[in-house]
Amino acid sequence: MNVVITDQPFDPWQQIQTLQIGGLKGGAADFGATAVFVGTLRDFNEGDAVEGMFLEHYPGMTERYLEKISAEAADRWQLVDTLIVHRVGELRPADPIVLVAVWSAHRKAAFDASRWLMEALKSHAPFWKKEQLKEGSRWVEHNTPG
Amino acid sequence: MQITVRLFAGLRERYGMDVMTVSVPGNITVSEVWSLVLPEEPLPDNVLAAQNMEYVDYESAVADGDEIAFFPPVTGGAS
Repeated sequence: MNVVITDQPFDPWQQIQTLQIGGLKGGAADFGATAVFVGTLRDFNEGDAVEGMFLEHYPGMTERYLEKISAEAADRWQLVDTLIVHRVGELRPADPIVLVAVWSAHRKAAFDASRWLMEALKSHAPFWKKEQLKEGSRWVEHNTPG
Repeated sequence: MQITVRLFAGLRERYGMDVMTVSVPGNITVSEVWSLVLPEEPLPDNVLAAQNMEYVDYESAVADGDEIAFFPPVTGGAS
């Protein structure tokens, strides 16, 4: 169970590789499935061009919430390990915002747990997006449907 | 008793308040904390509340040393 919040750009594939080589719980050969979701900043939203985004979080509570849902996923499914990485601060279009990766023995648990983690993250984790448009900035009020 | 109150995102900007330590009477609820800190402002719709970094409802009882946070609906992750 790994949770990272960073204000620096990150490469999701490198994060996965680093964990798989070094730190995956249970060792390198006891998983048969890895499900990965990467969310990236689009350059459009609600019909407007998006030039950048500021992502605010609640230091302490955000980490605690992501750890809580990671633990809950581990209770609900048979998992080898999980990784959540989330950007905060100033982002540019094409920057990865979020990575959710799940390792398990079989694909069903990996697919189901990664989807569930992503939806739990989006609906309750304390993050707030402020879009930078050409004409100014605006707080994003609603999540788009999954 | 003393508590810490924090606002985030659009609320922080709208009310010009990030974090403050306030003295409050005992026996108050989370929504009464809002009224004490921002007496002129009704609590906006859809505001979420956290007590010591856990989601709570407005009627939750506040204790000495608590950190109470108010924030708009969350919009994390990638759309």
